[in-house]
Amino acid sequence: MKTILTVIGKDKTGIIAGISQKLFALNINILDVSQTIMGDYFTMIMLLDLSQITTSFEETKAELVQTGEKLKVKVNIQREEIFDAMHRL
Amino acid sequence: METRQILETIKMIEEEKLDIRTITMGISLLDCIDSDGVKARQKIYNKITRLAKDLVKVGEEITSEFGIPIINKRISVTPIALIAGASDDKDYVEFAKTLDAAAKTVGVNFIGGFSALVQKGYHKGDEILIDSIPRALAETERVCASVNIGSTQTGINMDAVRKMGEVIKASAELTKDNQSMGCAKLVVFANAVEDNPFMAGAFHGVGEADCVINVGVSGPGVVKRALEKVKGESFDMVAEVIKKTAFKITRMGQLVGHEASTRLGVKFGIVDLSLAPTPAIGDSVAHILEEMGLEVVGTHGTTAALAMLNDAVKKGGVMACGHVGGLSGAFIPVSEDAGMIDAVNKGALNLEKLEAMTCVCSVGLDMVAIPGDTSAATISAIIADEAAIGVINHKTTAVRIIPAVGMKVGDNVEFGGLLGHAPIMPVNPFNSDAFIARGGRIPAPIHSFKN
Repeated sequence: MKTILTVIGKDKTGIIAGISQKLFALNINILDVSQTIMGDYFTMIMLLDLSQITTSFEETKAELVQTGEKLKVKVNIQREEIFDAMHRL
Repeated sequence: METRQILETIKMIEEEKLDIRTITMGISLLDCIDSDGVKARQKIYNKITRLAKDLVKVGEEITSEFGIPIINKRISVTPIALIAGASDDKDYVEFAKTLDAAAKTVGVNFIGGFSALVQKGYHKGDEILIDSIPRALAETERVCASVNIGSTQTGINMDAVRKMGEVIKASAELTKDNQSMGCAKLVVFANAVEDNPFMAGAFHGVGEADCVINVGVSGPGVVKRALEKVKGESFDMVAEVIKKTAFKITRMGQLVGHEASTRLGVKFGIVDLSLAPTPAIGDSVAHILEEMGLEVVGTHGTTAALAMLNDAVKKGGVMACGHVGGLSGAFIPVSEDAGMIDAVNKGALNLEKLEAMTCVCSVGLDMVAIPGDTSAATISAIIADEAAIGVINHKTTAVRIIPAVGMKVGDNVEFGGLLGHAPIMPVNPFNSDAFIARGGRIPAPIHSFKN
């Protein structure tokens, strides 16, 4: 399953490190990353491959959201298809 | 990866309240017909609980994986008048209770189809069903009823119109301890559609497949936000923006419907291209109209604004999905739309203007509360007016009106949840008794020489 992970929040050190460490721990492969600062906000978008995860999607999602809370950023994870469906004919 | 598009999608869901309003599983009960009512009900319960057992679970899975909220999971069934009519039962309240029990077992919040289609005349089951509606709605929690009393092909069954005024009054009376809630679960239609996924008027038409998944999308907040970016520009631009936004919203509906139908192993029916409001702030159709430049919805220009909105939504949505159906367009329920409630409270919106708006919107007088002492004949006359608009103009119209027992103009009836709250609106004080007493049938309109 390919998913899009977005991380949005006030910029500070350690966000990318925190998130990618967690992804590694969950056995998730990062296929693509883009990161920018919009206004004051740190905005990162990752394309992930979840085919190797050992827990359910539900639990993986919960862990990532929790990691985001610890880092004080908002983490969203959604299947890639929804973005394709909406913007591509 | 297009960063901007990804963020736009997330924003539409998070901030602008884009959602899939409902996935509705339509289930045919034609094979549950039995001359023994008890056996028929057992078959109905078994069939619904078998086919819909995973509906809620699948809906929640999709919500989680795709990150798009699916607000309601619901079921619609073949009009019960057709099914129960074969039995010897003298009232159909037990059938409603069976539907209610099945809905509770599978966890859906509403089940629609306690319905009769009487646009041309009654058969035995229709009469019993209509008589059973007030008790059925009072004694069940999740059952919704509808009655189709007219169509462009057949005209308007004025006997049924008269009857429905009485049924609405009786429903209000039987549920008076609960804000006359029975009436919020009852719709009177003209030109009812058979694949409508939206309650309270959903039922599974006889021309439909055995089991289908229909999807209703919604995103008034998204359209409103999109229009904020073209303030002061011409209507060409406004129409264009609505079309593009409707396209995106509908694509999401198509994806979710397809995914749900695959996971449930059930045919995918239609996407209902709708803007359905909720009482939540930022989710109002009225606010879209106001964004176009109206001070308060209901003022002059409202009908034109709504007509344009409705048309642009359809144009944008049609391209985005395989099969379109249902009611498709903007809904204008009063109690469920924060902007509409405000407009009534400010005195900008009255029943007459609402009626005019229903000529160009997708349904009709929806979730309108009127004084509890309104006569059955007046309610029937309101139904007749709406039906006439639908029948003459080849469109669906409906009335879901609540004569709130014990309440008068200035009071406020509170339904809670998605049904919201409604200020009591005044009705015309002059009576239509002799008009409604006539009964019979208003003939079908001529199809040529349209104007």
